[in-house]
Amino acid sequence: MERAGLPTALVTTLFNLAEGVGASRIVKGKAIPHPVGDPSQSYQGEKELRKEMLKKALEALETEVASPTVFST
Amino acid sequence: MSVSRERQMTEFKVVHYLNQFFAGVGGEEKADIGPGAREGAVGPGMALSHALGNAGEVVGTVYCGDNYISENSEQATQEVVELISQFKPDIVIAGPGFGSGRYGLACGQVCLAVKESLDIPALTGVHKDSPAAETFKGKVLMASTKDSASGMTEAMVTIAHLASKLVNKKELGPAMEEGYLPTGRRVNRFSDKTAAERAVDMLMRKLRGEDPKTEWPLPKYEHVPPAEALANASASTIAIVTEGGIVHRGNPEKLESGWATKWVRFDTAEEPEMTPDKFQSIHGGFDTTAASAEPNRMVPLDAAREMEKEGDIGKLHDYVYSTTGNMGPIASFKQFGQEIAAELASAGVQGVILTAT
Repeated sequence: MERAGLPTALVTTLFNLAEGVGASRIVKGKAIPHPVGDPSQSYQGEKELRKEMLKKALEALETEVASPTVFST
Repeated sequence: MSVSRERQMTEFKVVHYLNQFFAGVGGEEKADIGPGAREGAVGPGMALSHALGNAGEVVGTVYCGDNYISENSEQATQEVVELISQFKPDIVIAGPGFGSGRYGLACGQVCLAVKESLDIPALTGVHKDSPAAETFKGKVLMASTKDSASGMTEAMVTIAHLASKLVNKKELGPAMEEGYLPTGRRVNRFSDKTAAERAVDMLMRKLRGEDPKTEWPLPKYEHVPPAEALANASASTIAIVTEGGIVHRGNPEKLESGWATKWVRFDTAEEPEMTPDKFQSIHGGFDTTAASAEPNRMVPLDAAREMEKEGDIGKLHDYVYSTTGNMGPIASFKQFGQEIAAELASAGVQGVILTAT
């Protein structure tokens, strides 16, 4: 994606691995089976969490990076 | 009778493929010359004959200009194969192409066509970083060569050895021992040493400053330069992509739970969110309960829609893309990435949110 000119925010819990393989824009995910969710919260709470993470992802897309960069909420 | 003793061994017949330069026709100015054939060995064919010794004989040489074959690929390859077939060979050897682009690719292309249409073995030799090495990996047997013709003699020794095994239908040993480029095929072997003993041996070799000779080379990750940032997400089209194995409920797409062979896309233009009656995860690498009960946890469409309304996101792309990032070779996922990126870019998408497990 990045090579094709599309800035890409990779939302993943395994952010160390993502950094290691050279992904440019990384956002820390919540958990492996549900990167953008949290079953322990109410639906409303989860949706707010998702919005927060997406805002972080958009921030990553709007940030110039030179090497793998982790954005955490 | 020493003469008849040599004759008793059946020499296999080799046709050698070369470009215009190695065939002695001419340099770059002759690169658009069409296919031609000569009896016997020409140019590097001498080194090949020498390496083959009594095992095989170069009965003919077929050549073609590098530009001609790369510009008229299908037709030219067919012409080359026809010329090759007239010599009725047991095997075809192309090149070696070393580190070159067009010539190496032509060698791979000719070998592939020979295998498919003449049903005889074919092999070439190229440098591991040449375009042909990547393109024909697993499709054509390629001896590992230097990147320039200075490695001709040793390349031909390896090629002659491999050719003899192919013609006599002998099983090839590991790539590193036999001198060919790894094909990506793994073969199980029994070892008389346990893994722990082999690991210590490897460590000792490393400590002595020798080549540790790994049994499983780690994949090399290529460096992708970061794309330019978005000027303003609130004025951009954003797509959501996932490797979390999201499919329509019941998986009508038949996306695999591991070793995915494809990616899928869903039209979500009219969907306010990802509902569990329509979507689920079939990823085989984690417990999918949470993602299938609430697929927004994998594809955050509900939150993204609200942000689209509130103006944080200019426009959400009409399609969500999905594959299963579980096991599977890097090469497949690289291809999926290229295909998805090409579709997104041509649809006017400017940024991507990729969720991964």
